[in-house]
Amino acid sequence: MDYFLGLFLGGLTRGSIYALIALGYTMVYGIIELINFAHGEIYMIGAFTALIVISVLTLMGMNTIAILVIAGVIAVVYSSAYGYTLEKIAYKPLRAAPRLSALISAIGMSLFLQNYVLLAQTSDFLPFPNLVPDFEFMEPYAHIIGSAEIVILITTAIVMILLTILIKFTNIGKAMRAASQDKTMALLVGINVNRVISFTFVVGSATAAIGGVLIASHIGMINFYIGFIAGIKAFVAAVLGGIGSIPGAVLGGFVLGWTESFATGYISSDYEDVFAFLFLVLILIFRPQGILGRSDKHKA
Amino acid sequence: MKNYLGKACIAVIVLVCSMFMVSGVGLATDTIKLGVAGAHSGDLASYGIPSVKAAELVVKDINARGGILGRQVVLLVEDDVCKPEVATNTATKLLSQGVDVVMGHICSGATKTALGIYKAENIICMSPSATNPPLTQSGDYPNFYRTIASDDAQARLEVDYALNVLKAKKIAVLHDKGDYGKGLAEFAKGFLEKDPRSTVVLYEGVTPGAVDYSAVVQKISRSEADAVIFGGYHPEASKIIMQMRKKRMDTAFISDDGVKDDTFIKVAGKYAEGVYATGPRDTSKNPLAIAATEAHKKAYGSDPGAFFLNAYAATQALLNAIEKAGSTDYQKVSQALKTEYVETPLGRIKFDDRGDAIGIGFSIYQVRDGVYVEVK
Repeated sequence: MDYFLGLFLGGLTRGSIYALIALGYTMVYGIIELINFAHGEIYMIGAFTALIVISVLTLMGMNTIAILVIAGVIAVVYSSAYGYTLEKIAYKPLRAAPRLSALISAIGMSLFLQNYVLLAQTSDFLPFPNLVPDFEFMEPYAHIIGSAEIVILITTAIVMILLTILIKFTNIGKAMRAASQDKTMALLVGINVNRVISFTFVVGSATAAIGGVLIASHIGMINFYIGFIAGIKAFVAAVLGGIGSIPGAVLGGFVLGWTESFATGYISSDYEDVFAFLFLVLILIFRPQGILGRSDKHKA
Repeated sequence: MKNYLGKACIAVIVLVCSMFMVSGVGLATDTIKLGVAGAHSGDLASYGIPSVKAAELVVKDINARGGILGRQVVLLVEDDVCKPEVATNTATKLLSQGVDVVMGHICSGATKTALGIYKAENIICMSPSATNPPLTQSGDYPNFYRTIASDDAQARLEVDYALNVLKAKKIAVLHDKGDYGKGLAEFAKGFLEKDPRSTVVLYEGVTPGAVDYSAVVQKISRSEADAVIFGGYHPEASKIIMQMRKKRMDTAFISDDGVKDDTFIKVAGKYAEGVYATGPRDTSKNPLAIAATEAHKKAYGSDPGAFFLNAYAATQALLNAIEKAGSTDYQKVSQALKTEYVETPLGRIKFDDRGDAIGIGFSIYQVRDGVYVEVK
């Protein structure tokens, strides 16, 4: 039972990270129907920003929890700025261009950001300090789930709740929903669609940065390439859940995390990716729009 | 004018040929002919040329001291470009020149094809660099020796350490699905399965670069392994060891040369403490190695290249065996190689029955206080 629980929670933790990144993919796709391939790099930049801030704050001798919070906030702000700029530079000029052009532009930005961090930082793995202290009350369960994993789960839950409130009950959330349903109509009723798109990139980048900081602190190391694999997996999660659907991205992340975890646990880790993608293929055969996707015009 | 040119050409050719005949006659006198074969041109020349330089240095030294058994040593250098199909020609050519022993070849594939030819003529061949395990282990080539550890030596050492020193009963073998890591893990698994003292409780490949390895770590935990043998590189090793320690597992962790890297310690930090890794034995403090490197710098004005010390040791071992045997007779020299120790830059070595050098190879290192320390 401990084993099952360990795998379940491990999968949930991994799924949370996928979900945090997948949100950015799915929100952007929902509004401008663009697959933002550079999104994984935003996650990576979030982790690097946090590492730099942490190094500085640790020198100043601050408390670790305070450092984690400050580093997280700065990483979120910085990554959001990157997401905003990315949209203005790489996607906005191509708004009227064919979708393929924007896609190529996204891949280009992804390569650019990766190589930029490679050159500006290093190709080596860098140690990322473990900022979540070992909670004493967690000690009896440490062999099943660590304190860092608990923090990841709780943070993800909070982010999801905040995001739901933002989308359901605020004006900008309503504008986002309107723009995703029909951009022209939204323009006609006086919604500043460009501002909505920028805002979407900012929110998506912020959640990715949170994911980046959490996972880096959990596994304890980062390099310029982490964004690529995490980005691909999160993209799969978004498609699995139904791209364009926010609850779908979260569910897709969890399902993917569990599939990988249980495939490793009960079959073999050699086939981890095989099962993850097999599951994706099966779902797409029976529900081409994804688990929670709408079967209307928003189809990839 | 044309006619003159033709005649001049013929004259030159005749001259060149007769020069070869002179040197051929010269070789026929009482010398010891050491063949040096390997890649001396082409893509892999950088692996072969250092062995020629090593042989030149050793031979120059020995000839200056009066040679071996009162005979001067002559080098017969032949290029095989690391290609098996060329190596047969190289070997045949060396034989036709009356070679006594061969130091080479460099690449495992070329070595293997040449070995069959040497074997038929009872010629001993010693490679400084061919690491393919079956060359010695198959028993097909009793005339073959080498001064480098075979590919499976690390796995052998890891397994021996786990069984003899750590007394592990249950062992989990993991790898990163790459050529290097999986190759090592397969050897380790093979050795463990042949040994009744332990069982392999888990054999798995992990996906390099995955977000985390918590599921694999859970699996190791459930297998109740006493020790983990990991084949692969340090990024995956540090992720796995950190998650294991965070899950409060104190399972021993043994890995390979790909993990014996300072980045591993830097990244894994305190979690790296106690991790074992195999790595090449440290020869940098051996006075003979320092002297050989200095001699190379003096003679060629640069630092020696790949396998230089291995080739240096091989040349010394061959010539020493001939001296101890008192002749170039195949049986006597073979006997001497297996019984007589020789001091080389790689340490004091002799050869086992299969032809692998005893005293060459890998050591176990352990992380203690943030540095890899050789475990004696």
